[in-house]
Amino acid sequence: MKVKNSQKVGLFHIAWKNLARKKARSLLTLVGIALATWVLISLFGFNSGYKNSLDRDIDNLGFQMLVVAKGCPYEAATLMLKGGTGLKYMNEDVVKLIVREPEVESVTPMLMQVVFDPNKGQSGGLTAFLGVDPASFPKLKPGLSFKQGGWFTDPAALEVVMGYEAAELEQREVGDLYLIPEKEIELKVVGVLERSGTQDDGTIFLPLQTLQKIFGQEGQLTSVGIKVRKETNLAEFEEKMFKLPDVQVVSLTQVKTTIMTLVSTARILVLSIALIAILISIMGVINTVLMSVMERQKEIGILKAMGALAGDVFKLVWLETSLLCLLGGLLGAALAVGTSKLTEYLIRRLLPFAPSGGLISINAGLILTAIGAVVLLGLVSGIYPALRAARMRPLEAIRSDEE
Amino acid sequence: MKATPAIIEAENIKKIYKRGAEEIAAINGLSVAVNRGDFIAFVGPSGSGKTTLLNLLGCLDNPTSGKLTVNGRTVHQDGRGLSESQLTRIRRELFGYIFQKFYLIPTLTVLENILVPFAFFRKEGASQDVLPLLKKLGLENRMNHLPGQLSGGEMQRVAIARALVNRPEVLLADEPTGNLDSERSREIGKVLRQLNEEEGLTVLLVTHNLELAAMARLTISLRDGRIA
Ligand SMILES: Nc1ncnc2c1ncn2[C@@H]1O[C@H](COP(=O)(O)OP(=O)(O)OP(=O)(O)O)[C@@H](O)[C@H]1O
Ligand SMILES: [Mg+2]
Repeated sequence: MKVKNSQKVGLFHIAWKNLARKKARSLLTLVGIALATWVLISLFGFNSGYKNSLDRDIDNLGFQMLVVAKGCPYEAATLMLKGGTGLKYMNEDVVKLIVREPEVESVTPMLMQVVFDPNKGQSGGLTAFLGVDPASFPKLKPGLSFKQGGWFTDPAALEVVMGYEAAELEQREVGDLYLIPEKEIELKVVGVLERSGTQDDGTIFLPLQTLQKIFGQEGQLTSVGIKVRKETNLAEFEEKMFKLPDVQVVSLTQVKTTIMTLVSTARILVLSIALIAILISIMGVINTVLMSVMERQKEIGILKAMGALAGDVFKLVWLETSLLCLLGGLLGAALAVGTSKLTEYLIRRLLPFAPSGGLISINAGLILTAIGAVVLLGLVSGIYPALRAARMRPLEAIRSDEE
Repeated sequence: MKATPAIIEAENIKKIYKRGAEEIAAINGLSVAVNRGDFIAFVGPSGSGKTTLLNLLGCLDNPTSGKLTVNGRTVHQDGRGLSESQLTRIRRELFGYIFQKFYLIPTLTVLENILVPFAFFRKEGASQDVLPLLKKLGLENRMNHLPGQLSGGEMQRVAIARALVNRPEVLLADEPTGNLDSERSREIGKVLRQLNEEEGLTVLLVTHNLELAAMARLTISLRDGRIA
C-alpha cells in the first residue's frame, strides 16, 4: 500500500463525513429543506407562469375592451375567454357611437351564437359560432394564423373559417362543406386556423352578416371589440363608454387585474404555507447541527487541542450546515422541475379560472435564486450552532462526558 | 534554541476550583521543570491533581496563580494569562495530546484521521507524507480501515500518530492505556519509550498503571496537589 502524496483531508471532507455519521438524521433534515425549496420554486414558478399565460391569452384577443349589452353577466370577458353562454344582444348602431370617440383606433362588431349539437362527442356538446366582420376582425387579431386557406371572400359569403380544434373535431379541411346543426344551409370551409391555445381553437367563424341571417339576428351584436390608441388613458375612456345607453364596458386589463387579485389571494395562502415549511426546516437544520455539535463536544475539544482555532471550528460547523442546505436545495429544485406537470395539473383543478398556456414557468434564474435563498437561510441558521462549537474550550469539551 | 534546557517551567502554580462556597486546590503551589527529551510519569492517588497538572503544563487550561513559562514564553504570571487563541497557537506549535478515550472520527479512515490536524494547521517542516510515522506505529496495513475495525491498542496508536503529524516537541498523555488490557498497555508504553529515545520527543505521562510508569525515565508522585 502506498500513501498518495496528494491525499488531503480538508474541512470540506471532514464536514461531509460528519454528516454521513447520522445518515437518517441528515437525510430527514435534507428532505425537510428539499420540500421547502420545492414549495418555494413551484410557488414562484406558478406566479410568473400564470401571469405570462394570462397576458398571452388577453393579448391574443387583440383588443383591450369589449362592449357588451347591459345585463350581460359580469364576467363577460371570462365568458368570451371560455366560449360564452347566456348572451344578450345590442343593436349594431352602437358601433357608430363608439367610432366617434377620438381614442378609438379600430372596432370590430361580433355576434356569438352557441348551438347544442347532439352529434358532438358522446352526449352532444356546445358549438360556438362567431360572426365577424371580414374587414376589421383580421386586423384586430394579427395573432391568428392559418394552417390552410384564408379569410372569407365576401362580407355575406356562405363560408366558414374553423378553429384548429373545431376542424379536427369535425374532420374538415378547406374545400369541404359544413352544415350548422338544425339549419339547412350549406357553408364552405375556406380556412382552418393554427392552434392558438385560446378559445378560438374551438370556434367556428362566419361572416357577421351571414351569421345574422342564418340565426335571424339581423342588426344584432353580442359584443364589440375595441382597440384604443396607444396613449389612451384606459380608465378615462372607460368612464366615457359607460355613458353609452344600454351597453356595458368590460376592460380586459380590468379583468386581468380581477383574476390576478383572486389568484394572489390564493398565493398569499400558499406563501404562508411555504414560509412555515421554511421555518420548520430551518428549525430542523438548527436542531440537527446543534445536536451533532453537542454529541461531538469531545471531538471538537480534540480538534482545538490539535490546533483548530475558534474560527476553524466555526467554519467546519458552518460548512456542514451549508452543505445540508445546498443539497436539500438542489434536491428540492430537481423535485420542483420533475413534478411541475403534476403541480400544474393540481393547480388547474383548484383554480376558478386558469389560462390556457403553461401555468408554471421555472427557469434557471428562479432555481438559482431559490437555492441561493435556501443556502443563505442555512448560513443564518448555522450561526448559532457554529458559535456554540467555536466557543467550546478544549478542556471543558474533552471533560464534558466524564462521570 | 534557548539557553535554558527547560521547555516547560512551572513556579509555585496553583489551580483552584470553586464548587459553590467551597474552594478546591487541585494544584496547590507546585513547581516543576520539564527539559527537552524528558520522559516523565506523574503518578498518585485519584484526585491528587495529575490531570489538572498535565492540562496546565500543556496549556489546555490557565493556572489560578503562579508563573508558567513554555518554550521561553510566559504563559501565565500572577493571575494574568494568555487568551484562548494565543494558547491555541502555542499548543499547535509545541504539543500533541492523547487521552484515555481516542476520539477518532468514526467515518474517517485511519489515514484521514491522522491527516485531520492539517485541515487546520500545518507546522513548517511537517511532512504530508505520513507513511514513515504509520510504519513506526505499526499502522501501515491499517490505514484504509475505519476506527470501528481496529483494536483499542490500534486506535490509541492512531491517536498518537494524529498527535504527532505536526511534529510536536512535547507529547502529553493522560491515562493513555486506561481503556486497554495489559498487553496493549505494554505496546503503547513501548511506542512512547521508542519515540522518546529515537526522536527525542518529550513525553509527559499520567497513569495509574505502575508497569507503564516504570517505562518513563522519571516518575513524579503527586498528593493533594503537590509533589509528594
Ligand atoms: N473542573 C473541575 N471543577 C471542580 N473540581 C475539579 C475539576 N477538575 C478537577 N477537579 C478536582 O480537582 C481535584 C484534582 O482532580 P484531577 O482530575 O486533577 O485528579 P487526578 O489525579 O487526575 O485523578 P484521577 O486519577 O481520578 O484521574 C479533584 O478533587 C477533582 O475533584
Ligand atoms: Mg485524571
